[in-house]
Amino acid sequence: MKQRYVYVLAALLAVMGLSVFMYKWQVLGFPLGEDQERPVWTIEAAVGFESGPGSITAQLQIPALTPGFRMLNEHSVSRGYGFGTDYGGGGRVAQWTIRRADGDQKIYYRISVYEDESVDVSDTIPPFPPMPVINEPLKTAVDVLVKDARDHSADTASFTAELLRRVNAPSPDANVELLLSEVSSEAEFVGVITKVLASARIPSRVIHGFPLAGRQRSARLVSWLEVHDGDQWLYFNPATGEEMLPDRYLVWWRGNEALVNVAGGSNVEVDFAIQENQFDAVAIAETQAAQLGASSVDFSLYSLPIQTQAVYSVLLMIPIGALVMVIMRNLVGIDAFGTFMPVLIALAFRETKLLWGVILFTLLVALGLSIRFLLERLRLLLVPRLSAVLIVVVLLMLFISLTSHRLGLETGLSVALFPMVIIAMTIERMSVVWEERGASDAMRAGLGSLVVAVAAYVFMGMSWLEHLVFTFPELLLVVLAMVVLAGRYTGYRLTELQRFKALRLD
Amino acid sequence: MLGAAARLRDAGVLGLNERNTDFIMRLNPRRYYPRVDDKVLTKELALKAGMAVPDLYGVIANQGEVRTFPGIVENLQSFVIKPAAGSGGDGILVVTGRSERKRDCFRLSSGEIISEGEILYHLSNIVGGQYSISGNPDKALIEYCVHFDPVFANVSYQGVPDIRVVVYRGYPAMAMVRLPTRASDGKANLHQGAVGAGIDMGVGVTLNGVLEDEIVDEHPDTGALIEGLEIPHWNFILESSAKGYEVTELGYLGVDMVIDRDRGPLILEMNARPGLNIQIANCAGLRNRIARIDEIHNKSAEPAERARIARREFKLERGIQ
Repeated sequence: MKQRYVYVLAALLAVMGLSVFMYKWQVLGFPLGEDQERPVWTIEAAVGFESGPGSITAQLQIPALTPGFRMLNEHSVSRGYGFGTDYGGGGRVAQWTIRRADGDQKIYYRISVYEDESVDVSDTIPPFPPMPVINEPLKTAVDVLVKDARDHSADTASFTAELLRRVNAPSPDANVELLLSEVSSEAEFVGVITKVLASARIPSRVIHGFPLAGRQRSARLVSWLEVHDGDQWLYFNPATGEEMLPDRYLVWWRGNEALVNVAGGSNVEVDFAIQENQFDAVAIAETQAAQLGASSVDFSLYSLPIQTQAVYSVLLMIPIGALVMVIMRNLVGIDAFGTFMPVLIALAFRETKLLWGVILFTLLVALGLSIRFLLERLRLLLVPRLSAVLIVVVLLMLFISLTSHRLGLETGLSVALFPMVIIAMTIERMSVVWEERGASDAMRAGLGSLVVAVAAYVFMGMSWLEHLVFTFPELLLVVLAMVVLAGRYTGYRLTELQRFKALRLD
Repeated sequence: MLGAAARLRDAGVLGLNERNTDFIMRLNPRRYYPRVDDKVLTKELALKAGMAVPDLYGVIANQGEVRTFPGIVENLQSFVIKPAAGSGGDGILVVTGRSERKRDCFRLSSGEIISEGEILYHLSNIVGGQYSISGNPDKALIEYCVHFDPVFANVSYQGVPDIRVVVYRGYPAMAMVRLPTRASDGKANLHQGAVGAGIDMGVGVTLNGVLEDEIVDEHPDTGALIEGLEIPHWNFILESSAKGYEVTELGYLGVDMVIDRDRGPLILEMNARPGLNIQIANCAGLRNRIARIDEIHNKSAEPAERARIARREFKLERGIQ
């Protein structure tokens, strides 16, 4: 009965820990590995204009729905201007306003985005577009073009592809030439195509954006064609008719609205600059979680002051050491002094590094032990004797530090990091065992402690494990579940297989 | 490795983890522990239940009382000093006589001479808690020194051999005799190097011995054969240990007894966490016997009845091997 409670509790703990872990990993995008960096692009739009005499209202189209990208942050740099964002016809619009401004003005809008495959266009299904009003002779040209393309296609996608093939033909026919006679820019070209598609009752629009790649001083907007086939938006390369999006294409805005509109200003210019940075993946995940309103982030260790973080990154490894302890003691069956002494020694090893740690620990215990045997002759009472051993340990640490410093062995200085009280208790326990049970028992338990400490050190020193536990502290619930399970382990210890070997049935 | 574990399981060997979780935690409520961990209390309870124990000469309960020691032992030639809450035989001093020349010096069982000052220091250490399981301040007992029965004279080196009976839910399940050696410094403790010898529960005759997990036929110091010794008062020993269950209410209990030359079997101490070496000494696993006791367990059976059943159930079949 009790056994079942233990299993249920362990399963509950493990499920709790793992589900929070999975949520943070899969949904919030916290990285499993350490020091992971992700590219973050910062796009800066600089709007320059000459101010007129009156009040100024500047509007700039800014990204709203960005398939494949997620926004990390955005802000505007504009001295003295009121700033706000709003949803407009082509997406979002940033608006700056000021009562009076003098001379040349420059205002900046900056947005940082990073790639996220999971971001999809969740735009509404558009209505069928109204028949555009087109005057003759263009109307005939459009009608002919639509009829030809329709005859050579099966559905919306192939219709669009066929249409684009015709308008991009190296030697276009007269109708096409007529249609494109007044086109002067890529955006206008795509605009004409949307008009043709509209007269075929196909919803479509121009999208404007940037293929993000490295660092670009003055980035050029690339116009693309977006066509809705009744289920979803399809993207077409207007120059080839290919159905695709350029690599890392960030949609800035959609539709035929002007990129910028400054009321009360003249000579408007917009320059785009793109900067690629490497950004800590954890920080990105945190920002994203904050945007999603996930409360788990409020309890993230990364929100603590850096110094406290450093303390916790060590403290969180202690449960790992304890787990190693449990395995070594209850599953393997190694004798060791003190329940958690090896874990604390392992913590000290983190600072001294393994080889020096083992050397210093052995030296300290050996010297302490020999002095403890001298103290035995004085017949001190228990507590004064323990205190005397403690003082001796402190003096020995001082002595080792000074000697090694003289010898130029700076690693010897790190002996100060050993937990002296624990060492003093170890020396006392070891000396009692030595007297009561003999040197071999004392040595064996001492060696056992060292072995467990080294094992704990190896696991506690794994930096990926440290990162994992620090980023996902809920994994400690899984460790707790494992410890609880080990607490009900009734099988043999590894060393018992040897101990009871005479009893084996063959 | 898994094969080795399976073969141990087939042999019914009880492991430490299983002992701790399935038996000690389940059958030994912590509130009853003081009954066995405090030897003064054990003695009182055992006396109340009409069991024979070594006489208590005095108790030294704190540092101030240490100086009452010479008064306690004034008229005694031999006595034993032990910590009330000690474990594994640590901290026990067996005084067998006084020095001929110096009146305030004592002779230990090892033959060593020890001064009164050294004994007082030892008492201080006991009272300070050096030997107590928890490390808390402890009491020191001064009690009757057993003159052990000559049956074990040839198979022990100094010290006092004792008999350990593991009692499961009131039924004696397994027994062994622990023989001190030179290596164990006269102590009857297996992990200090004493020899353990299993006992045929049915007839009370020793089987072969075990030293440090290895099977031995002869005592390492005296060379005498260990097997085949007939233990006197065997039935009484089993009945007494069965009664230990009524005294302590611990379902998994180790009862340690000694056989005094003059006074017969005496209860020395009881143990809530008896070790598993008894399995090696008996070349048999405890689990099979425990399972059998669970089958035949009868709540209302008297200690004598339970001892009788144990003799019947766990009698070895001779001549088959």
